Amino acid sequence: MSSRRSTRITEEEISELISKLQSLLPEGRRRGNSRMQASATKLLKETCNYIKSLHREVDDLSDRLSDLMAGMDNDSAQAEIIRSLLRS
Amino acid sequence: MTATGSPGNPNPNLSKPMLVHHFLRALARVNRAAPKQSHARRSRRIRCAAYASMAAAAGPGRRWSRVLLRRLRSSPSSHRRRISVRVARPPRIATASSRVETLRRLVPGGRSLGYCSLLEETADYVRWLDAQVQLMQSLVDFFSS
Repeated sequence: MSSRRSTRITEEEISELISKLQSLLPEGRRRGNSRMQASATKLLKETCNYIKSLHREVDDLSDRLSDLMAGMDNDSAQAEIIRSLLRS
Repeated sequence: MTATGSPGNPNPNLSKPMLVHHFLRALARVNRAAPKQSHARRSRRIRCAAYASMAAAAGPGRRWSRVLLRRLRSSPSSHRRRISVRVARPPRIATASSRVETLRRLVPGGRSLGYCSLLEETADYVRWLDAQVQLMQSLVDFFSS
């Protein structure tokens, strides 16, 4: 829970948070923080798209991990190493 | 740099070791539980494990992690669909932007947050989601080699 219960949300606070968000996005990292005042709408759109793509990646990587874990039901030495890693 | 967060800023440092610990344990459980389960089922369980370990590693200091932990503990078998959590909505500044509404849907627990808190939660959620994806990619690379 945020303990910063300000009843008046200053523009400064919002633009600070927006800059912070921007620096987390892949595009924001490329550009660096030279753009102090990002368009809030554009940033929100980029953030939403980024979160959606991350969710998709989690789905995709879960599929791939599932495949790889299934393929470990063989007797190779590598499979044994992986099995012991997962057993701990 | 401290490992624990202060009340005003929970989890300032993202703990990758905790993430690895929780996720590997969860993977081991999935692997143990039913080795002959269907691909779809195992995939779904791994997906749930990803969000659960993210939330566990982040700790209860964030709305998104609390919401995820609550959801995933209550019904582990039905997580293709989002479970909408009914919470009493405190009065908040009305924003007309549909972008904000989309963000509220994407970030767990985002619906009942004020705008400022929503942005804070979003930044935190994105950091952890990013780390989780990187971890899963590393595991895929490791298991594929």
